[in-house]
Amino acid sequence: MTSLTKDRDLRAHGRRKPRMSIVGIHVGLILYTLLAMGPILLIIMNSFKSRRAIFDSPFSFPNSETFSLEGYETAFDRAAFERYFLNSIVVTVASIFLVVIFGAMAAHALAEYRFPGNTLMGLYLAVGVMIPIRLGTVSILKLMVNLNLVNTHISLILVYTAMGLPLAVFILSQFFRQVPRDLKDAARIDGAGEYKVFWLAMPLIRPGLAAVAVFTMLPVWNDLWFPLILAPGESTKTVTLGVQVFLGQFVSDWQAVLAALTLAMVPVLILYVIFSRQMLRGIMSGAIK
Amino acid sequence: MTQKTVTETVETKTGGSAKRWRIPRHVIVFLAPAVIIYTLFMVYPLIDSLRLSLYSDEGLFVGLDNIRELFPGGNLSSSFWNALRNNFVFFAFHFFVQNPIGLLIAVLLTQPGLRGRGAYRTLIFGPTLLSVVIVGFIWQLILSPLWGLVETPLLGKTATALPTLSLMSVWQYIGIPMMFFYATLVGIPEDLLEAARVDGATGWKIFWKITFPLLLPMIGIISIITYIANLNAFDLIYSVQGALAGPEFSTDIMGTLFYRSFFGQQLQIGSTAVGATVATAMFVVILIGVLVYLFGFQRRVTTYEL
Repeated sequence: MTSLTKDRDLRAHGRRKPRMSIVGIHVGLILYTLLAMGPILLIIMNSFKSRRAIFDSPFSFPNSETFSLEGYETAFDRAAFERYFLNSIVVTVASIFLVVIFGAMAAHALAEYRFPGNTLMGLYLAVGVMIPIRLGTVSILKLMVNLNLVNTHISLILVYTAMGLPLAVFILSQFFRQVPRDLKDAARIDGAGEYKVFWLAMPLIRPGLAAVAVFTMLPVWNDLWFPLILAPGESTKTVTLGVQVFLGQFVSDWQAVLAALTLAMVPVLILYVIFSRQMLRGIMSGAIK
Repeated sequence: MTQKTVTETVETKTGGSAKRWRIPRHVIVFLAPAVIIYTLFMVYPLIDSLRLSLYSDEGLFVGLDNIRELFPGGNLSSSFWNALRNNFVFFAFHFFVQNPIGLLIAVLLTQPGLRGRGAYRTLIFGPTLLSVVIVGFIWQLILSPLWGLVETPLLGKTATALPTLSLMSVWQYIGIPMMFFYATLVGIPEDLLEAARVDGATGWKIFWKITFPLLLPMIGIISIITYIANLNAFDLIYSVQGALAGPEFSTDIMGTLFYRSFFGQQLQIGSTAVGATVATAMFVVILIGVLVYLFGFQRRVTTYEL
């Protein structure tokens, strides 16, 4: 809300007295945008071309002569991308859900109640923001072997939940602190129990929940390390690992490689185009906290 | 009278504190799931890894013998210091290229009167979303001499491989500092800048005297986030150069060294003890960075409430 007004102020102000050449700014931004998007477009474009055309004219769009779907046929024949996607979706959605709900519960407890060890508990949970969970891999693998969870989605979900919780608690407790006390006390006077109060506060911190969901989703969806170590089996492979293995095997088949890359990127990019506003807002509100 | 009140206060106080030492059940219920999962799958493995670095693979306590291998004279010394040096080069590229460019884009995006900033922001942030594996392969194809867009095999030469990979990573992650700086810049009140303008300050002066000091805490946060992320980077090097981080280990960083020492590669047999030792070393290096940030930077920099 405030940032919107501010944007408008900036704009209104600029119309009166531009301080930096607007044209120059656009040129700079367009150049960088091309640098950011160009390589991605180049890959997508060439994935629809015949082998010859990929090498002869990499920068031209596919036309009726050069159009070919051979790469996609190889990709679908040789690898179960549908399954990899499903695996990634299961792992990511479950991790986000657990991080958001458990993170919110813990953050609410830390923000709302004064109890012995409150600060210490907050610190204990916050330490995890600074230390990468990968450093514990040796013992995580041992633990998963003992629990008989190797090559299961559960092992990944548990690790990713543990990985996402510290930041979630940290961000969400800032949001919970801003929930008006009067509101919660009013609910209590009306006879609401502490669990009810928590559920009443949840919708009020939606921006925080969105930020946490975004911060959890990206590293989980894109992770290669833990799928490689904890769940490398064909039936549990996530899309990141699946693509990595496929690309390694088909390095010399350019059509297949380009197709596989496009397949792995496009769903993410489509989701991003749809939700970019919410996602970027989530990142921003997380950044300011 | 006074006496009585005092005793009463004391009584309520002690009564209160006796009560305060009991944690209400709902607080426990709220905290338990997060604390249990976090402790079991993050804290315990970290501590256990540190412990394992003091043992041999056969489970014998060897004290600091494993750690000693990392220092001159030890078996792992040359690979460890090579990986550490490469990792700092990797970080330097992010620090000196990614963060300044991210800041520059954020500054451009917040210039008054700019149209289409939403579109720019969305497109420039795009690569950040992609998996590192995909980014690695995209650039591997584009830079491949087979395709002929670039003539020299940048990824195949020891001198250029690491800078090239670093810049690939910079290309991907530029969106993060951009968004964080953008969020901070939007939060600076226009009145403040207007006041400086009225006083006759020019663009550059305003930036260095007002905007930059307000950005400093964010610069620190982004730097430490980058440092931690870089020191446990792995995916990019592994996808593009393989676990051996070629050519001739010129792109070997802590993450790939950790992977190799734990799982083994080719002639080298994997070892829990060596894996845990490398992890411990990474932990120490990261900890030093965090301490430098907390005490060398964060304590000294002034944060302004706006």
